[in-house]
Amino acid sequence: MRKSSLLVVAVAVTGALTLSACGSRGGSGSGSDNAGSKTGGTTKVVVGVDSPTSGGLSALGLGIRNSVELATKIANEKNYVPGVTFSIEAKDDQANPTTGKQNATALVDSKDVVGVVGPLNSSVSQTMQKVFDDGKLAQVSPSNTNPELSLGAKWGDNQFVRQYKSYFRTATTDVVQGKFAAQYLYNDAKKTKVYVIDDKKTYGAGLAAIFADEFKKLGGTVVGSDHINPGDKDFSAVATKVASSGADSVYYGGEYPDAGPLSDQLKKGGAKVPLFGGDGIYDPEFVKLANGNGEGDLATSVGVPVEELDTAKEFVANYAKAGYKDAYAAYGGYSYDAAWSIIEAVKAAVDHNGGKVPADLRTKVLDELGKVKFTGVTGPVSFDQYGDTTNKQLTVYSVQGGAWKKVKSGTYSG
Amino acid sequence: MHELPQNLANGLMLGLMYGLIAIGYTMVYGIVQLINFAHGEIFMIGGFGALTAYAALPQGTSLWLALPVMILGGVLASVLTATAAERFAYRPLRGAPRLAPLITAIGLSIALQQVVWAFYPDGKKALSFPQFAGDPIGLGAFHLQRNDLFLLAAAPLCMLVLATFVRLTRTGRAMQATAQDPDTAKLMGVDTDRIIVIAFALGAAFAAVAAVAHGLRYGQVDFTMGFLAGLKAFTAAVLGGIGNIYGAMLGGLVLGIAESLATAYIQDVPGMHQLGGGAWANVWAFVLLIVVLLVRPQGLLGQRVADRV
Repeated sequence: MRKSSLLVVAVAVTGALTLSACGSRGGSGSGSDNAGSKTGGTTKVVVGVDSPTSGGLSALGLGIRNSVELATKIANEKNYVPGVTFSIEAKDDQANPTTGKQNATALVDSKDVVGVVGPLNSSVSQTMQKVFDDGKLAQVSPSNTNPELSLGAKWGDNQFVRQYKSYFRTATTDVVQGKFAAQYLYNDAKKTKVYVIDDKKTYGAGLAAIFADEFKKLGGTVVGSDHINPGDKDFSAVATKVASSGADSVYYGGEYPDAGPLSDQLKKGGAKVPLFGGDGIYDPEFVKLANGNGEGDLATSVGVPVEELDTAKEFVANYAKAGYKDAYAAYGGYSYDAAWSIIEAVKAAVDHNGGKVPADLRTKVLDELGKVKFTGVTGPVSFDQYGDTTNKQLTVYSVQGGAWKKVKSGTYSG
Repeated sequence: MHELPQNLANGLMLGLMYGLIAIGYTMVYGIVQLINFAHGEIFMIGGFGALTAYAALPQGTSLWLALPVMILGGVLASVLTATAAERFAYRPLRGAPRLAPLITAIGLSIALQQVVWAFYPDGKKALSFPQFAGDPIGLGAFHLQRNDLFLLAAAPLCMLVLATFVRLTRTGRAMQATAQDPDTAKLMGVDTDRIIVIAFALGAAFAAVAAVAHGLRYGQVDFTMGFLAGLKAFTAAVLGGIGNIYGAMLGGLVLGIAESLATAYIQDVPGMHQLGGGAWANVWAFVLLIVVLLVRPQGLLGQRVADRV
């Protein structure tokens, strides 16, 4: 073979590998077998879970999976829905939209699954929504914050159209989160010159745009903006730009696997300003990955710290008692509430059917879910006409002494 | 343009790292005409080897003392992986059509990633790498990270060692002979199998040094870090003229600096705003590769080689 043609092949392979990036990774845990719905007088009802339990975001994903499992366990212990035994079927989406779609198809095909908690990422949800909607299977995300998922593509022009009847979420949207962050940075932290960076993903780019918009409206200046690739290691060029731009703060739309190193490299590159981000960076891993350079960095996250809520004491205690190896992380409380909203919907469906499990439980759950109302781990849980949570509480956190500390909680009101 | 020195320095660091990894691609290609796509993962495993060595040391060991042990650990891990790969994955395929080992290399690359992902404790996420503390060193308009001093010292040293080895030692000359014509070299009494193993091992050792530099510079190692670094280093090797060890370093530097400057300045060019910035760094790196291959298919320092087959 000619040497040059080998080179051509190699270059082509290089290109193909680049395009496919890290590709997909097989293997998904399954929490239940699907044999037989009826066991010993009780009906087996399965709550599906989809989250990234491997890869960079696994800390968050495992917290989601464990919290959902805990909810089903507690429901069984309390015999919350008489005649029904709950279990979970957990899928790993590796934060990959394609894998998420495959998982959604598998969950729809799994006949005992009556509702699904997940996924973590808005970009993954985008590929899953239609599959769930076609399968009439309810989906409750504990953490998707992209507004488009519930309000439609024209939400930016205040034209709200519900996308899918099967979609619900217990986390508030980035419209609320981005504006809340801008208000805090301008009004409370007194920063006026911000450099905006995002990772071009559905969540990050959307959040950064909402933030920048509101920050400018308040009177602040966006002194520059840039994008990075998730998974890249070298941010030195971006750091140099930020350092020479005179920015007094950086807003980053993205997640902690890139935000931690970015914060680290910004400071090493001479830009000694705080990095501010959304709930995607609010994780202990961020602090680790920033190598001690994360001090003073800020993040908003949905809700108020679970540890501070009276409603969450039982959850925190039960989680500790269950002995999970991984922390419940940022979305544990929301995942528990998401799972519980499905359990409540099952209960309502059974109650409205004279105490018997209806044959078409899946569609019944979908009907009941929009009407559920209960006090969950994170406070009152209910959904509005778009499937969004009615709970619009947010909190600003800051890294102090190597850990996230609460700075300010508030309820967004517009 | 006042941040130009800083951007050049950023590019230099990136380039030295690419160059160090690229040497492994180039030497193996020079001797067995195999593009070892698993080399990026050998680099990654070097990082994990160094981290393991650090973890094995008593807590609180000064990084200055730990660094030699970490380099040793990284080199050991990389060299063992590379020589095992040569022995069990590539040697059985010697003489097979060239696409076979190429595909084996890609498979091996994925397998090695998965091994670290599955078996290294906490290997599923990015792990913090020890760092030299302290503020960057300011030099007028730009500053240098303390952690980068390692790379700045190690890369030229590695090149010097390699150049001396190839030129002045018996084994080095045997390597050159094997690269020129393996069959004749064999007839002249050169143990070509041994030479091939040495080429793999040397490349792996340099990749491990690059991995330590990477860990220090970016503060973390993770199981995916070999993928893009490997592709970039391969690009650097092709840019410089694959098979030429000086070309590998030159290609690395050209690529690193071009990438850094493209990221910094392309978005200031009128009409190019959408095509600049950090997200486009990889695009420009590969555009550069294509342009160089169009103009000079043999690479910057490569020679036109008559087809042997």
